[in-house]
Amino acid sequence: MNTRGKVTVICSVLLAVLFAGSIMLRQQVEKVRGTQATLEDTLYLPSSKTLRRMSLGYSSLLGDIYWTRAVQYFGDRHLRGARNYELLYPLLDITTDLDPHLIVSYETGSIFLSQRSPEGAGQPDKAVTLVEKGIRENPEYWRLYFTLGFIHYMDRHDFKAAQQAFEKGSEIHGALPWMKVMAARMAEKGDDPGTATYLWKTIYDTTADKSIKESAAKHLISLRADLDMDELEKRAQAYHERFKAFPETWQDLVRAGLLRGIPIDPNGTPYKLGPAGTVQAEDPKQFPYLERHVAK
Amino acid sequence: MTARLSAITLNTFREAIRDRILYNLVLFVLFLLASAPLFSQISIGLEKQMLVNVGLSSISLFGVIIAIFIGIGLVSKEIEKKTLYTILSRPVRRWEFIAGKYFGLLLTLAVNAALMTVGFYGALLIFIHGLKRADAMLLVAVYFILLQFMMMVALTLLFSTFSSPIFSAIFAFALFVIGTFGEDLKNFAAISQGAMKWLAMATAYIVPNFASLNVISRVVHEQNVGGNLIIFNTLYALLYSVAITAAAVLIFERRNLK
Repeated sequence: MNTRGKVTVICSVLLAVLFAGSIMLRQQVEKVRGTQATLEDTLYLPSSKTLRRMSLGYSSLLGDIYWTRAVQYFGDRHLRGARNYELLYPLLDITTDLDPHLIVSYETGSIFLSQRSPEGAGQPDKAVTLVEKGIRENPEYWRLYFTLGFIHYMDRHDFKAAQQAFEKGSEIHGALPWMKVMAARMAEKGDDPGTATYLWKTIYDTTADKSIKESAAKHLISLRADLDMDELEKRAQAYHERFKAFPETWQDLVRAGLLRGIPIDPNGTPYKLGPAGTVQAEDPKQFPYLERHVAK
Repeated sequence: MTARLSAITLNTFREAIRDRILYNLVLFVLFLLASAPLFSQISIGLEKQMLVNVGLSSISLFGVIIAIFIGIGLVSKEIEKKTLYTILSRPVRRWEFIAGKYFGLLLTLAVNAALMTVGFYGALLIFIHGLKRADAMLLVAVYFILLQFMMMVALTLLFSTFSSPIFSAIFAFALFVIGTFGEDLKNFAAISQGAMKWLAMATAYIVPNFASLNVISRVVHEQNVGGNLIIFNTLYALLYSVAITAAAVLIFERRNLK
């Protein structure tokens, strides 16, 4: 083999071996730095205004990058069942400073922030701040009022603020008529589970985000299970009034003509009849958002 | 072999100096002198932070710009001026030429960065009135910048062996930007699915990881940079640079220079 041939073989081997080695070392570097290293650096930013200036006019592109970082941060923490999301709001704040018209970051980001743990960060007040910022920057976008009303209703239980948000949104040109309906429902019966069902159904039907859709589905089946168990407890109470004793099995209620068969939850598992006519789900973990029939 | 390598290395270094490359130091000092008093006016309590940020970022950016603009012409200029034929007609092997060029440019950048670092510490002394023990950590950031230069020189040299200077500059700059956002690319791969996931993951590992070499924001806030990170980053930059330089040699060995 001539010199050139030898050099070619040596360089080919070097290239393959060293490149493979560099990949392994890069994985080590990532392990040492941690998966959130780049995100944690954002905490050191003097201000998002500085970042905007540094972007040399490409702030919208940088906003998209920060939005991807926020989604990745939330997804990663969520997957690991974390309860602490301290970087989420700063990331969303920077994202919306860089691109104030990035609607998805207000809509989806505020839902990430407001939902209670473990589904979200459990920071509804910060979610409201974010959506209000979105409304200031995009006053013509009526759906942000829906998001605001939704957070006030679901996570802050402030029916009055929710009604005002739906009402203001309904006044914007192009707003769908059900915004007015929502405002009226908030005023009349804010604490009715049917209202919550209606709102979650709207979220389920309109969101493009997979994780929010999944969360909406979980809320809907939890609400349905709560309503089912309310009704079953009423029937157990009716049995008690008739026989002066609570039913011991579902069969007792069936025999008394108060039920047609064994009642099953939205996942197809029979409900559990407890002492004194109380009803619970067989596997409460399947219904993480139960309000009234939480297992003790 | 060592004599031939050192001759090419020193010649590349001398040529860069003759090209008045060190004039950028004047610009750097002027930049620091002008910006430091300005920052004290516009940012309360952030004078040092801003000075360190501007100083270290300038050392990095000036170096990358020099690496790109000198690196892209390392081979093509020699071909254009026909000096390459004179060099290769002597007992100099092609791989020695590439390795010598690599070390020459790296030496230029190292000297440049060393002088800038002296100027940077001088500015800290003048405007912040003294240095603390924690300021030694700033040298780790400078060391990581040197590692970044090692990889950038290898990349520009690689492009210089097969592409025109303009395209080499575009490729090198694009890789610098992608490498800076390398971790975002990996995060993107983590949330993608199917073929896109694999494509993004492969790209993330092929492009250089400059994100892990940027510890400026950490040292500004006197955060510690772990010994493990220094070791792994050093080995990573070393292996990546040698691998890319080997690729440059492979291409140059097979290139028809007639």
